[in-house]
Amino acid sequence: MADARTSSLPDILRDAGLYALVAFGLCIPIVAYRTNAGPTGLELTPRWPLVAAFCAAIFVLRVVQRLILARRDARRALTPSPAQATEAVQGEPDAGQRVSTFGLYAFLGIALTLPVIASLASGGLGPARYWIDLGILILTYVMLGWGLNIVVGLAGLLDLGYVAFYAVGAYCYALLSTTFGLSFWVCLPLAGLFAAAWGMVLGFPVLRLRGDYLAIVTLAFGEIIRLVLINWTDLTGGAAGISSIPRASFFGIPFSADEDGFAARFGLEFDSMHRVVFLYYLILGLALLTNFATLRLRRMPIGRAWEALREDEIACRSLGIDTTTTKLTAFALGAAFAGFAGSFFSVRQGFISPESFTFLESAIILAIVVLGGMGSQVGVAIAAVAMVGGPELLRNLGFLSAVFGEGFDPNEYRLLLFGLAMVAMMVWRPRGLISVRVPSVSLGERRAISGAHVSEGHG
Amino acid sequence: MTVLTPANPKTAERIAVGRDAVLSVVHLTMRFGGLTAVNDLSFEARAGDITALIGPNGAGKTTVFNCITGFYKPTEGMLRLAHADGTVHLLERLPNFAVNRTARVARTFQNIRLFPGMTVLENLLVAQHKPLMRASGFTVLGLLGLAGYRSAETAAIDTAKGWLDRIGLMDRADDPAGALPYGAQRRLEIARAMCTDPVLLCLDEPAAGLNPRESAELNALLRYIRDAHHTSVLLIEHDMSVVMQISDHVVVLDYGCKIADGTPDQVRADPKVVAAYLGVEDEEVERVEAEVGISHGEAGA
Ligand SMILES: Nc1ncnc2c1ncn2[C@@H]1O[C@H](COP(=O)(O)OP(=O)(O)O)[C@@H](O)[C@H]1O
Ligand SMILES: [Mg+2]
Repeated sequence: MADARTSSLPDILRDAGLYALVAFGLCIPIVAYRTNAGPTGLELTPRWPLVAAFCAAIFVLRVVQRLILARRDARRALTPSPAQATEAVQGEPDAGQRVSTFGLYAFLGIALTLPVIASLASGGLGPARYWIDLGILILTYVMLGWGLNIVVGLAGLLDLGYVAFYAVGAYCYALLSTTFGLSFWVCLPLAGLFAAAWGMVLGFPVLRLRGDYLAIVTLAFGEIIRLVLINWTDLTGGAAGISSIPRASFFGIPFSADEDGFAARFGLEFDSMHRVVFLYYLILGLALLTNFATLRLRRMPIGRAWEALREDEIACRSLGIDTTTTKLTAFALGAAFAGFAGSFFSVRQGFISPESFTFLESAIILAIVVLGGMGSQVGVAIAAVAMVGGPELLRNLGFLSAVFGEGFDPNEYRLLLFGLAMVAMMVWRPRGLISVRVPSVSLGERRAISGAHVSEGHG
Repeated sequence: MTVLTPANPKTAERIAVGRDAVLSVVHLTMRFGGLTAVNDLSFEARAGDITALIGPNGAGKTTVFNCITGFYKPTEGMLRLAHADGTVHLLERLPNFAVNRTARVARTFQNIRLFPGMTVLENLLVAQHKPLMRASGFTVLGLLGLAGYRSAETAAIDTAKGWLDRIGLMDRADDPAGALPYGAQRRLEIARAMCTDPVLLCLDEPAAGLNPRESAELNALLRYIRDAHHTSVLLIEHDMSVVMQISDHVVVLDYGCKIADGTPDQVRADPKVVAAYLGVEDEEVERVEAEVGISHGEAGA
């Protein structure tokens, strides 16, 4: 697209024609003939209408793209860049920021009332199970996204092995509860501490690396943890995993049908859904705790040091900030939240195996953070809903199986969807859904900072 | 000469320091592979002075700064920093960040290094990391929202406001630092360095790219820093007029070697400086240098 951007219509048409011509050239060897194994050997079936359709589509798309670009350039030419301003730039809250405040309350409201809404909509707690389970799944990813956001979004350290800490938390609860019979509420903080300790162990040697190197080493660390879990059969049960992990109890009261159970104690009719609803509010609480801690930390010196580290590490050192410990705290804290989420995962599933902690999980969590807009809490939540809830939604759209045939499972296209979403984001919102940064402190009214000024960090 | 105890008790030897030298650079040499960027440089910056380090491009000035501020470990030599209370820090032994945190040497960079996505105010608060961190009980107490941290933060904001007022950026406190014009970014970087409460402020070409009015403002700011904050200033400057106007003491570097050291007037009159610095043709430099008898040795051209 290195063309000089003249935007007269004939010019655009000629340009689009050129694109269509190139597409035609590419189509001839690839699309134009289909080879079939006929009775007399290979048969060629010409498919020229298809080629024509391709070329026409490319022509139209190119024209549309050029028109959009031309309009954007015209708009840009009218607004001066804030970097040239010598006066304070009066920041109108932009779309992203409005989404931010509105989205926060909408998200919180729906999240708090989801079990009620779902059971009203589907007529009873039982039938609402699907929606509440989906809510739990989404919230788990929201929490993981928020945890990783501390490392990637705030401190600017690219961590591709985040799922390792999730695994550490999950196995921590599974092993402690099956071996020593410790309760969930004892194991939860222990799992967080354990994961944080692993974060330190990993962080100490690798945090002097930057950028790509750090990413590769964290990726390798994630794989190492998974391989250890598979091969250390004595402790972890190997690929078979750990089963019959004690289920969640209501602060010691089991969700069972007998008279010691939750329902009997509280004078309710027994319903297996009580446990699911409890789990839902548990993960909601954990996610909100993550969010609260992050928002609080951002306003503390350590949070500002994280962001400063993302902006310029060398300047940080010249200001007396010990960059190694600062990075380590970010790493350890992010890991601790993954540990909490991990122990929740194992108490919910009752069964864990290394299969749940593959690189794909790390990639999904990272995708959520990147798509949401690094550093933005609401953005991450929206991205988690889209990334995790999206494929589920597709599954329920009946007409899709009508189009793609029976047995169409959108989950199998998840990676494809990620890819598409990523490419689309790179084109339209390269800094994520919500790319503005809200300052941690201000003298006057708090105004968001455009993503154009904010760095993504180098390691 | 007085005898002082070093801050680090492990450094058992007692070090003699000139009475009022805040920084003594002793036989400093820095080599990059075969290139000797700084060659056996010794000079002193006296407390309460503005000391200028000048020299043509590539003379090794920034390298000296990087050694002083811990970004490079010198190949040879000693860097002694004395506080007013008599403690002495050996800068070449400190880890990078400790040069600022414990020895209290602050610096700015030749190519400005602000935190562009953070506001002007946040930039000044990051610089007060050490006291704020302590007040927040290393985050634990601060998370609980205790009053001690809140009052410390208010104090830090007041300090920042004082500097914003001084550098004329009060009305832009909530703008991202990356959106400021160039001259304002330079002033902000100086204010940010001052927020770390340094005893020695090292400025790498602070007047580069400033217009005459901004340059005059900078001179006033540096005098204010020296006189009101009793912070010594070590200054790299290309612009001779700035150097001659505000510095108390000038050290001239050429090809990593010191070629002159004295008051601005002495330096200005020095033929070696005239030859090396004041923009003469290469052949002429060589001729004059041959006359005054310096050779480049392995410093190379
Ligand atoms: N990190 C480095 N690696 C190799 N050579 C360097 C490095 N830093 C500086 N130099 C070299 O040292 C010499 C002095 O550079 P510098 O200190 O930046 O000069 P000045 O600031 O006086 O213009 C130059 O020749 C430069 O190329
Ligand atoms: Mg330089």
